[in-house]
Amino acid sequence: MNIHEYQAKALLRAYGVGVPEGKLATTPAEAEVAARALDSDVVVVKAQVHAGGRGKAGGIKLARSPAEAKKAASEILGMTLHSHQTGPEGKIVHKVYVEAGSDIARELYLAILLDRAAEKFALIASTEGGMEIEEVAAKTPEKILTVHVDPNLGLQSFHARRIGFWLGLDAPQVKKLETFLAGLWRLYLERDASLVEINPLVVTEQGELLALDAKLNFDDNALYRQAEVRDLRDPEEEDPREREAKEIDLAYVGLDGDIGCMVNGAGLAMATLDMIQLCGGRPANFLDAGGGADKEKVKEAFKLILRDPAVRTILVNIFGGIVRCDLIAEGVVAAASALGVKVPLVVRLQGTNAAEGRQILAKSGLNITPAETLREAAEKAVAAARAAAKN
Amino acid sequence: MAILCDRNTKLLVQGLGKMGQFHAKLSLEYGTKLVGAVAPGKGGTVVDGIPLYNTVREAKARTGANASVIFVPPPGAADAILEAADAELDLAVCITEGIPILDMARAKAALSGTKTRLLGPNCPGVVTPEQCRIGIMPAQITRPGPVGVVSRSGTLTYEAVDQLSRLGIGQSSCVGIGGDPVVGTTFVDALGLFEADPQTKAVVLIGEIGGAAEETAAEFVKSRMTKPVVAFIAGQNAPPGKRMGHAGAIIAGGKGRASDKIAALERAGVSVARSPADIGETLAKRCPGLTARPSGMAR
Repeated sequence: MNIHEYQAKALLRAYGVGVPEGKLATTPAEAEVAARALDSDVVVVKAQVHAGGRGKAGGIKLARSPAEAKKAASEILGMTLHSHQTGPEGKIVHKVYVEAGSDIARELYLAILLDRAAEKFALIASTEGGMEIEEVAAKTPEKILTVHVDPNLGLQSFHARRIGFWLGLDAPQVKKLETFLAGLWRLYLERDASLVEINPLVVTEQGELLALDAKLNFDDNALYRQAEVRDLRDPEEEDPREREAKEIDLAYVGLDGDIGCMVNGAGLAMATLDMIQLCGGRPANFLDAGGGADKEKVKEAFKLILRDPAVRTILVNIFGGIVRCDLIAEGVVAAASALGVKVPLVVRLQGTNAAEGRQILAKSGLNITPAETLREAAEKAVAAARAAAKN
Repeated sequence: MAILCDRNTKLLVQGLGKMGQFHAKLSLEYGTKLVGAVAPGKGGTVVDGIPLYNTVREAKARTGANASVIFVPPPGAADAILEAADAELDLAVCITEGIPILDMARAKAALSGTKTRLLGPNCPGVVTPEQCRIGIMPAQITRPGPVGVVSRSGTLTYEAVDQLSRLGIGQSSCVGIGGDPVVGTTFVDALGLFEADPQTKAVVLIGEIGGAAEETAAEFVKSRMTKPVVAFIAGQNAPPGKRMGHAGAIIAGGKGRASDKIAALERAGVSVARSPADIGETLAKRCPGLTARPSGMAR
């Protein structure tokens, strides 16, 4: 789960991590009031969307007076922000964060995340703050330092000293970095974060450390014990279909093709998308109905798939292990009749009770094309989508 | 021979809820020596013919169990894993999906130095055909034979096993390592076990996008394995930044792409099937000797 920069900074502040003063605004007038209250020669007006690359996309503007802040906010609020992280449709800006400007001496980078290969938490530091860390890693990997932290022992002071002196900070600044990192680490653990990224971490002309930008992601698996984090969710930032799917315990990712997919199991669902593309078709979605798929789930899944107007055919691919194919077949028949499904259905049932399932489909009188193997199923779905496109 | 479990494995169940009970029954029917279950507060009673114990230590002392399968819900799952390790079981197989990453990172670090091997979490378990079923796999599609199967996915494992069985190629053991970012047994661990297992003549590896487990596995195959390996990587067309069902299946920061994994595996001499429909065929082509079975064996 992602949160906004202004929410991240409030959390950082609560953990004793230095951040510039700032205020949220949803109208240009509010931005003007906020800028006046900040008592700073320069303020920065920043679009609040769940995506990076805001500066280049025109979502961050400097203002030298409250009037300028108002003007900047009026330009940013309501704009559709397009960056490499927003997707082609972009993101509409509903809120801006008005922040006091800082006297920047140096821009650094700091992050905490799970290093999957090492199976340990990692502190990542770089002297190249303000750049995309992926770009730094690709071009100048020697400018990145990775320090592993044992999850049971936790952060030690020497970790901070190692990073601080490597970054070229002076002794008093290293002391400040210890406090800064300790706050980040506590936040990471106590809030079940999956990523804390401070980019840039600035050293001011006065020698203070400030998180100029902050990105926090949280572990979805841990949200059950993080009520306060859950409350930070902004539904406007989420794909409505993905959100709805999550609510009914289905994993759904919208894609841009015309073949709707319903599969049990994440690996098989990904493989089904691969198979469709190998056969020359384009999937409309990833949908994992899960190991416990039943009649009701099938119906909900169909509803979700059909909400996408681009869908010209639906491919159901079930390998019954735990899931019984006869129950899935009943679900498909019930959903197709109840929802008045007009698009052609291709259904492949394999595994537990597959024969019974196929019989149920055959007897239903519905326009269902059965398939035996994965390849056959994909080929038939691609053909059906092509035929539908011609009509 | 096989890996992880065989007909001598004595299995406990931790978490005998609806799902635990259902799969305990299927494992018993398959012939697994399921000797008891741990249900705190219900020790001394019997459910469906399975004796219940309050703690893993007690269950082990009474039954001689050396393995457990964990169905405990996410908030208590890491605790269940650590209890199995504290009782010094050889193997703990965790089926539970949705365990917080922090809990797993801590549990995994705590397991090093213990004698317990963890498989999973968020995995379908392990089947050694006609000997032992631990977890939730449909064991009826497996058949005994020379091919080890190891996978990050559940149903895609079934797809691969089914393709092998239809070609008359049996399996030594079918292992699901799970789709989470931190798992107990990695591809490299499983490959090492298959390499050392005399019954196993070849290995099928099913990977997916996210992380670098396949790249690490490729290094291992290149430097340490003598047996042929065939692979498939799911998610060749997955969009970046989207979590594809599994918590670990995400292309992040340009890393974890299927194309990089396929290239790494091929450089290590692994035959990679481009289509998920060709996993069995790719193995049959790479190891023609293994299909030499009467065609009547194929269903």
